[in-house]
Amino acid sequence: MANRVDHLGLRSAMADRLLPMLVGAMSFLAVLAIAGTIAAASLARQWQGDTGAALTVQVPASASAVGNTSRVQAVLGVLAATPGVTDARALSTPELDALLKPWLGADAAALALPVPAVITATWSGAGSLDGLRAALDEAAPGTLAETGARWASRVAALTSSLTASAAAILVIVALVAAAVVAVATRAGLAQRRDSIAIIHGLGALDADIADRFAVRATLLAAVGAVIGAGLAVPVVLWLGTLAAPFAGVLPQTASPGLPVALWVSLPAVPFAAAAIGWVTTQFTVRGWLRGLA
Amino acid sequence: MVRFENVWLKYRRAGEATLAAAPNVISDISFEIPDGGFRWLTGASGAGKTSLLKLMYLAEHPSRGRIDIMGTQAVRLNRRDMALLRRRIGVVYQDFRLLGHLSAYDNVALPMRLARKTEGQVKADVTELMRWVGLVDKMQRRPAELSGGEQQRIAIARAVVGRPKLLVADEPTGNLDDDQAERLMLLITALNRLGTTVVIATHNLHLVERYPAPCMEIAAGRLVAHG
Repeated sequence: MANRVDHLGLRSAMADRLLPMLVGAMSFLAVLAIAGTIAAASLARQWQGDTGAALTVQVPASASAVGNTSRVQAVLGVLAATPGVTDARALSTPELDALLKPWLGADAAALALPVPAVITATWSGAGSLDGLRAALDEAAPGTLAETGARWASRVAALTSSLTASAAAILVIVALVAAAVVAVATRAGLAQRRDSIAIIHGLGALDADIADRFAVRATLLAAVGAVIGAGLAVPVVLWLGTLAAPFAGVLPQTASPGLPVALWVSLPAVPFAAAAIGWVTTQFTVRGWLRGLA
Repeated sequence: MVRFENVWLKYRRAGEATLAAAPNVISDISFEIPDGGFRWLTGASGAGKTSLLKLMYLAEHPSRGRIDIMGTQAVRLNRRDMALLRRRIGVVYQDFRLLGHLSAYDNVALPMRLARKTEGQVKADVTELMRWVGLVDKMQRRPAELSGGEQQRIAIARAVVGRPKLLVADEPTGNLDDDQAERLMLLITALNRLGTTVVIATHNLHLVERYPAPCMEIAAGRLVAHG
């Protein structure tokens, strides 16, 4: 069929406002869901790295301050000699006071409690800490060592569930978009029932008719998706600013921008909407045409 | 060739669970029209003329029986081949069935465009036919801007523009004056002489007498006379 003539009058039969608007809304949500998925995955990697790698060693206080200092030095010596342990450092008294302040108040030192010395380090070793714990206990009996592995697994579970939720939203958005296109197509079919019956009777192939509808639906869906995705960008930027502290970015000093993965994904949204429009319309129209002789 | 062999037709009506419960619209009809043949189809209103024509131009499938159109067993065809066969059949509908949003020119051009003819061919053939039916000066008008007779002439032009092998017409002269009807019949007989098989349903016995040809008479869905 010549493309210049709108044989089925689809320019007026298929909603040129409602369909792009609804697909635009779906695309807006899709971009938010994609951004959520990417952000969750990124935070998961970062948080797991931060918490999983942190090693905390507590050296219980001895009877004399001098004695504890030698115990701390002994522990630091063991840590320095242990493969996989780096950046070992004993927290200063002000740092310890700051840590205890929420529980013991501002003048914790006045309480004269036997506060353990705390050493932080980075743990990149594989396997358990049992060997290190034994060596530390030998150097300074009562010393405790712990990594953030337990917290890291909880963070991993949380971020996995966030990623799964975002992916589920994406699937639902795609299904709703398909349903919107199908409803708009069926409305167009109902409005052009007589015209379709006429050109079907004149020998139009199912593909001739389905392609006409699909081109129209695809165009409308793509336009809606471009607008919806475009409108989502500033919202994602704003949400990124809100989430900056969780990603380790100081909000007052830096803008987090958008991850490269999101910039790459954004153009895919209109293409995906167009593909949903094309496939859904083809199925809908061809199914409807099977009702004709 | 058009061949019907023990053809029955029922329409399923709203509320009827099965087709079996529906009454027969066409009952056990058999006939054969050779290539290049001409037949009148007559009968009272509601006798089944339009249903018989629908079976011929493949708008309905028979409930039972066999229909061969141009040597092809129609009901066995897949959807694509059925569409391609329809392109070789010209139809003049009783109610014209023009596309209201298209111009007269685009309505007539439709079968040629469906057949993917070049726009040059389309323009030449459509303009010639529009001249023949006397509407070359109204080619860009929409059907709503034309009289009933003019719409009928557009419908006739659309039916013959693709040079069909079978032309099926349902009361094609119903809205035409005598001069226009005469002109139409000249066109149809010219096509028939060129090899197009023609079947025309009509109430106009004057026309039947004016253009003598075998007549099929239908009553209550049965073929009561053929010859």
